[in-house]
Amino acid sequence: MKKFEPFADGVLPWLTGLAMLAALAMVFLYVPTERVQGVVQRVFYFHLPAAWMTFLGFFIVAGASASFLWQGDRFSDLLAQAAAEVGMVFCSLVLITGSIWARPIWGVWWTWDPRLTMVAVLWTIYAAYVLLRVLAGDNELIARYAAVLGIVGVLDIPILYVAVRLWRGIHPKVERMAPEMAWTLLVCTGAFLCLFAWLLWLRLRSLSLRDEVAALRRQALASS
Amino acid sequence: MPYLFAAFCAIWIVLFLYLLSLSRRHRALAREVEALRQMMEQRAASRSS
Repeated sequence: MKKFEPFADGVLPWLTGLAMLAALAMVFLYVPTERVQGVVQRVFYFHLPAAWMTFLGFFIVAGASASFLWQGDRFSDLLAQAAAEVGMVFCSLVLITGSIWARPIWGVWWTWDPRLTMVAVLWTIYAAYVLLRVLAGDNELIARYAAVLGIVGVLDIPILYVAVRLWRGIHPKVERMAPEMAWTLLVCTGAFLCLFAWLLWLRLRSLSLRDEVAALRRQALASS
Repeated sequence: MPYLFAAFCAIWIVLFLYLLSLSRRHRALAREVEALRQMMEQRAASRSS
């Protein structure tokens, strides 16, 4: 972790800020307004990257949890915890922005469309994971149960992808888009990737510090 | 337009609140590390004297 510190503390926040400014400029000044949906379609350029970051976060949880169960290393456990929390932030953004977009387009804030339902299920699974980790503290057994939940929960993502085809949902599918739209989506995805990396780093550092506090407390107790 | 504004406001509010909570938790932990280190140093000093 130490070798990433200069980049993560010095470069990443600036890179994220600049990428976000570029993304906002492209969304509001560059990309043309979509003909059918109007200006509210611009929410899509932040909604879709947020969904991708959610999946990235939860795949990291699954991978790190598998590594923790296999090798029992502390870093994998911390990475899984940090990625779950950051993934939850992005998943919440997906649900909020999707709901705000749905109101003028579908006429409702929420509908039990297969894809929407699967995202809500995904949010609930990882909310349970985060709660379990917060409430259990450093309990090794609970950490193992949570790791299993973190692996099983990720199976929801492929279901979410085929949900539209399997159950004929009304959620729009991206098939073809104008080059300006594709470029805007690319820049927004880059900005969200920087933001994801930065938040993950901040949470990971905070969790490492919590471990340091626990170790110092043990040391203080032993020496008293 | 109000929906677009609401969506972007929501994004920034969520991100700001999460960053604020991260920063608060980190500061509290950093203070605790500092206090524990000082306590250990004082103990070591009082034992050696």
